[in-house]
Amino acid sequence: MKVTLSRGPFFRFALWALLAGSSARAAAAEPAPTPSFLRWGGDAEGGAPFVEADPNDPAKVRGFDVEVAQAIARGLGREPRFVQVAFSSIDASAARGDFDIGMSGVEDTPARREMLSVTLPYFEFREVLTVRAADRERYRGLEGLRGRRVGTLGATIAYEVLLANRGRFGYQPVSYDDDVHPYTDLAEGRLDAVLLDNIIAARSVRRVPGLAILPGIVATGRYVGVLSKENAALRDRIDGILAEAMRDGTLERIYRKWGIWDDSQGIFFRKALSARAPGAAPADATRPSGGAAIRYLPSLLRAAGITLLLSCVAMALAVLLGIGIAGGRIYGGFLLRSALTGYVELVRGTPVLLQLFVLYYGLSAIVRLPAFVAALLGLGLNYAAYESEIYRGALEAVPRVQLEAARTLGLSEWLILRLVRGPQAFRLALAPMTNDFVALLKDSSLVSVITVVELTKQTAIFATNIGSWVVPGALCAAIYLAMSLPLSRLARRLEKRWSAGP
Amino acid sequence: MTELLRIDGLRLSRGGREVLKGIALQVERGQFVALMGLSGSGKSTALRATVALDCFQAGRIEVDGFVLKPGPVPPESRLAPLRRKAGIVFQAHALFEHLTSLENVVLAPVRVLGQPVGQARDRAMGLLDSLGVAGRAGARPGELSGGEAQRVAIARALAMDPPLLLMDEPTAALDPARRGSLGETLQGLSGEGRGLLVATHDTDFARDFADRVVILADGVVAEEGSPSLLRHPSNPATKALLDHRASPPSS
Repeated sequence: MKVTLSRGPFFRFALWALLAGSSARAAAAEPAPTPSFLRWGGDAEGGAPFVEADPNDPAKVRGFDVEVAQAIARGLGREPRFVQVAFSSIDASAARGDFDIGMSGVEDTPARREMLSVTLPYFEFREVLTVRAADRERYRGLEGLRGRRVGTLGATIAYEVLLANRGRFGYQPVSYDDDVHPYTDLAEGRLDAVLLDNIIAARSVRRVPGLAILPGIVATGRYVGVLSKENAALRDRIDGILAEAMRDGTLERIYRKWGIWDDSQGIFFRKALSARAPGAAPADATRPSGGAAIRYLPSLLRAAGITLLLSCVAMALAVLLGIGIAGGRIYGGFLLRSALTGYVELVRGTPVLLQLFVLYYGLSAIVRLPAFVAALLGLGLNYAAYESEIYRGALEAVPRVQLEAARTLGLSEWLILRLVRGPQAFRLALAPMTNDFVALLKDSSLVSVITVVELTKQTAIFATNIGSWVVPGALCAAIYLAMSLPLSRLARRLEKRWSAGP
Repeated sequence: MTELLRIDGLRLSRGGREVLKGIALQVERGQFVALMGLSGSGKSTALRATVALDCFQAGRIEVDGFVLKPGPVPPESRLAPLRRKAGIVFQAHALFEHLTSLENVVLAPVRVLGQPVGQARDRAMGLLDSLGVAGRAGARPGELSGGEAQRVAIARALAMDPPLLLMDEPTAALDPARRGSLGETLQGLSGEGRGLLVATHDTDFARDFADRVVILADGVVAEEGSPSLLRHPSNPATKALLDHRASPPSS
């Protein structure tokens, strides 16, 4: 588990879509292994103590995962070679053979065991709750958090635990794409608690002032190495090496060096060694089993409701603001026109993802917007720029001579706008507006980067959960199409109707 | 006073070119004046200046006591009296595309004059009927022929009951038969006591229906007088205009 700075869900989907069903081909696709090297994949963005760039030699990496990999390579008689891979892509890359083994805080989950060859777990971590120091006495565990917001990294055991116990304890789980922002949001009061691995919690409490870790253990999980299914033989050799490293104290030395050793680790080693055939599942709290993704349909539909609500309200905001901007740019004075033109160019010239980040995280020192509000504002303000261009174009497309005729009839500028120019511009704008709404419906998936769980995010969560994108992806696509196709048809009909003349 | 429109020394430049170089003309009540000239002679420009759509650099325009002076076009709020005194029918008829014929005619009386809708509709139907397009009251501009649209546009201007009516090339889109009936309609309007200033390069139309003709050439009034001067042209500009009529009209 580690920091990935926001790979959007689309990115992940693309990767997984490419991958779906590719494990059968993986053996064939795998380049001939270089016997003298052990290629191991990890994400140096994860940071210490997992994997981080060596401050003394940034071309190298260091961390306990790095040293475990080195120990494995030694046991195999190979030289370790690090392959940088985005954390969210470790599974996919392992499956297609980009490297021999992936390991940087990779959790042992049933989904992974189904898709990949999983090594003997080499570290047991504890899911712990972090709260603001002032609340240390107030909360004892998940049970005290009714009505509160509890954050974590998405697609992890911690998130599964939060989801599984939501009904019982009545808190609101909030999923993040990285493991840094949950803690900063906690310090700022957007969250009331964060549930994550004790290693990450300890590191974050050192980095972010004013936080405290609660003593209780909510769940436990284990880190494993992942190899492609076809690589089971190598996995078995690695298991032997890991077992030996547990016995002879190699792992203990590594963990002590990185300050993550405690007695419970020794107990875990003994358990792991006595039950060498791992099989045992990770987190105690949840056991998301694979099976019919259709069970997820109700949650997907709920998430689709969020998508639809978000899109509708954001569009309404975009339309209102867009009308204001277009009006200001046509009727306003020089200053107003310049300011509005600047706004439109700024918004259209920068990624909406950046705008969402700035709104939610960047401004949080000044105004602490709730995630849904930030999402609404972000999408609304962004689309307002595009809508305003549509309206401006439509207003300017109304023939000048009609406006002059209206003036000579004695209509005021306002009446002309309301009765002559506006209604005709509206008809011209309807089709492009509908198209934009369809685009907004899809762009709304971007707000998952600021913790809003909408349709795409929910799909990604389930897909990770059951270890396949095929069914969740198809369901998700079907729901998006069910929302967007009627709108696209409407746009085409409007276009035909108004382009053929009134 | 019988004078409805008086233009004196009107100079108007556009895009660095002096379109009008000091023209003078008058229109009296009950008079149908044809403002003639080849394309680009400044006819339309003079009409636009008269209804304060364009500004002018020198001279004076007086519409039934309302005076326009050189300089920027005054704000619309100050032009309200002018709007009641002068109506205009554009060559491209400029009907509001999203409204039916009837709605086009009713819009200004209701919104500007505050007439009750029912009364405005009755009057509008009367106007459309008198112009022979009552049957097209429910049609939208896109469904009208050129001649029908022209008549609806006239009805729209007349609904405000302006004493002075300006028209720009009203015969451009009409076949000869409709041209004749339009001429009679306009004569009827001047018979009611309205003043008409009609920009046209259609010499037959002017000769057959106008009370007076004013001929523009190179931004000045080349000749003016009764329509009979079109029968015996002496001025070179008038001759050029007559020679030109064989070729298709263009604006």
